[in-house]
Amino acid sequence: MAQIVVKNVKKMFGDFTAVRESSFTIEDGEFFMLLGPSGCGKTTTLRMIAGLELPTSGEIYLDGEEISQRPPSERDIAFVFQMFALYPHMNVRKNISYPLISQGMPRAAVKAKVEEVAGILGINDILDSPVGGLSGGDRQRVALGRAIVREPKAFMMDEPLGALDAEFREHMAEELRALHDRMGATTVYVTHDQLEAMQMGDKIVVMNNAVIEQFGTPQEIYDKPATMFVADFIGSPSMNFLPFEGKVEPGSEMVRLNGHDEAVPRLMEGAEGDLVFGVRPEHVFLSDGSEYRARVLAAEYLGTTQIVTLQSPNGELKARIDAREVVSPGETVGLEFRSPAVTLFERSTGRALRSALNDEVLSNG
Amino acid sequence: MSSFSVTEPSNRSKWIAGFLVIGYAMITMIPLVWILLTGFKSPADAISYPPKVVFDPTLEGYVNLFTTRTRQTQEFLEANPPQNWADEIVRQYDMVIVGPSKFGERFMNSVIIGFGSTFLSIFLGTLAAYAFSRFKVPLKDDLLFFILSTRMMPPVAVAIPIFLMFRNLGLSDTHLGMILLYTGVNISLAVWLLKGFIDEIPREYEEAALIDGYTRFQAFYKVVLPQAATGIASTAIFCLIFAWNEYAFAVLLTSANAQTAPPFIPTIIGIGGLDWPAVAAGATIFLIPVMIFTILMRKHLLRGITFGAVRK
Repeated sequence: MAQIVVKNVKKMFGDFTAVRESSFTIEDGEFFMLLGPSGCGKTTTLRMIAGLELPTSGEIYLDGEEISQRPPSERDIAFVFQMFALYPHMNVRKNISYPLISQGMPRAAVKAKVEEVAGILGINDILDSPVGGLSGGDRQRVALGRAIVREPKAFMMDEPLGALDAEFREHMAEELRALHDRMGATTVYVTHDQLEAMQMGDKIVVMNNAVIEQFGTPQEIYDKPATMFVADFIGSPSMNFLPFEGKVEPGSEMVRLNGHDEAVPRLMEGAEGDLVFGVRPEHVFLSDGSEYRARVLAAEYLGTTQIVTLQSPNGELKARIDAREVVSPGETVGLEFRSPAVTLFERSTGRALRSALNDEVLSNG
Repeated sequence: MSSFSVTEPSNRSKWIAGFLVIGYAMITMIPLVWILLTGFKSPADAISYPPKVVFDPTLEGYVNLFTTRTRQTQEFLEANPPQNWADEIVRQYDMVIVGPSKFGERFMNSVIIGFGSTFLSIFLGTLAAYAFSRFKVPLKDDLLFFILSTRMMPPVAVAIPIFLMFRNLGLSDTHLGMILLYTGVNISLAVWLLKGFIDEIPREYEEAALIDGYTRFQAFYKVVLPQAATGIASTAIFCLIFAWNEYAFAVLLTSANAQTAPPFIPTIIGIGGLDWPAVAAGATIFLIPVMIFTILMRKHLLRGITFGAVRK
C-alpha cells in the first residue's frame, strides 16, 4: 500500500491543455476523490497516475519512487474502467486470473487466489460463466476482482458506478467503501457526482477547466470553499451568492449588504469593488426581527426540512429551514445569516477572501 | 393501426422471401452446376446441342486433366495391355498415358501464391491497421488516402512497368514475385477493412491488459487479435479470392516455373483439340480450396455481418 504524490503535473494534447500544473498528495490508505464536471481533466489526471497517459511535465511518486514516465505494467497499480472493460473472449475466472498469469504465478496459486477473491466479492457461482451475459453489478464485481486479485499498491477507479442503475449504485457504493475499509488500499476515484464524492471520500480534489480548485476533506470543501466554483459545485442546493459592491478591510468583521450591516468571520485581507456574499442555504434563517427583507417565491417540502426560495435585494437565494415553519409564497420575511459560516468572494476571480473561517484551509493549498 | 408499425413479418411474406432467395440462388448456381456436370461428360456430350442433362458420366475429363498422353500404333497397344482404369479410358482414342500433366504443379503454385499473399496481406494489414487505429501517426489521413489510392486504377494499367521491374529484379516467374505483387494489390483493402474492425474494439480492453501487466505487443495479440478475428477472417476471404482468381498478371509474369492454375487451364484446350471436359474438371478442382476456406470462415463471416449490433 502506498502514498501517491503528484507534483506539478501537466498534460497537453497538442495545443489543448488537459491538466494545468497540479500538485496534491494522496496518503497511504486514503479513499481519494477526483471530482469535477466532465472535461475538467480529472480522468486524465487518473490516467497519468496509472500510466495510461504520460504527463507532459511534472513528477508522480508512488511510495517515494518517481514513476511518471514508466509503462503501466511497471507501476503496480490496478484500474477499474467505467465500462468495466472485461475481456469479452474470456470467462469470469480467466478475466480475474489474467493479471496473475502475467506475473507468472503458478497455476495452483492462481486458482486459490481467484477463489479467495471471488469469495470476498460473492461471485463464486459465476466464475465459469462468460462475461457477456452478466448483469451490471456482477460485471462491476468481476472488474473489481480483476483489480484486487494481485494486491496492487493502489487502485484507480474511473466513474466505476457510472454505468449502473441509480437504484443499484447506492448499494454498490457501500460495497466499494466496505471493500476499501477491509483492504485499506490507497484508492483514487474519479466522479462527477458530488454526493458520491462527499459520501465515500476521505479527501476530495475539485477540478475545473484543467485546474485544481481545491483539495481537502469533504467537510473542509463544503464549509470552507476556496472558490465560487467549488461552493457552487458542492452541495444541493448549492451555496447562495449575493453580489454586492463595497470595500472590506483586513481585520473587519462586518460587510455592508444593501444598506444593512452583516457580520462575517474576521477578514485577513481586504478587497474592493464587486464582491460576493456566499452563504449555504442551511445558514439562512427567517427572522421577523431582521431588517434585511426578502419575499418568498416558493417553498419545496422535503420531509424534515423545506427549501424556501426568496427574492432579496441582492438577488434570489434559497434557505433550508425546518419543515414545520409555516411560510407562504408572496409574504415578506426578514432574513438572518449564520455569520461564522459566511464566505466572501472576489467576483472577478471567484476566489474566496481569507478570513478566520477558511485561513487554515486556504494556506495549505 | 399505423402503416409504419414494425411487426414480425407474416408467414406469407416469409414464404415469398424464401422463394425469391432460393430462386436467385438457383440462377447463380447454374454456371457452377454446368461446369461440374461438364467435367463428367465425354467430349461429344459436352458439345452436343441441345445440352444433355442426362448422360453417361465418365472420368475422362479428369484423366485428361492430370495426364500427358500420346497416340500409339495398334501393334504397341496390343503388345501392352492397359495397366489400370485410367489407361483403359484413354485407350478408346488409341492413346497411352506417358506421365502426369503440369496441372498438379500449377495448382500447388496457386495454393502457395494465393495463401502466401493472403497471409502476408493480413499480417502486414493487421499491424498497419492497428497502428493507424491506435497511435498518433504523422500525416495519418494522407497516408491512409495514399494507401487507398493504389486501388484507384485497375492494377493491369501498370502491367508494363511491373513487367519491366520484375524482369530487372529477377522476380519474373517466381513465387516470391507473385506473392509480393498480390500482396501489394491486396494490402490497401486489408488495411482499410481491418482499420474499421479495430476501430470498433474499445481501447479499454488493451488498457486493461496494459494495467494487468502486459506489454503493448502482448495486449495486441492476446486481446485485440481475438476481438478482431471476425474482421480478419472476412478480409482474408476477400484477399484470397482476388489472389486465387487473378489472371492477367499471372499470364504476363509467369510461365514455366511459377505459373498458377488460371493461366494454365485454358492451355489444355490447345493440347488435344477442344477438350472441354478437361477444362471443366480443372475449373471444378480450382473452385474447391476457396469454397472450403469460405466454409471454414463462415461462422466469422456471419458474425462480421452482425458486428456492432450487440451491446458491448
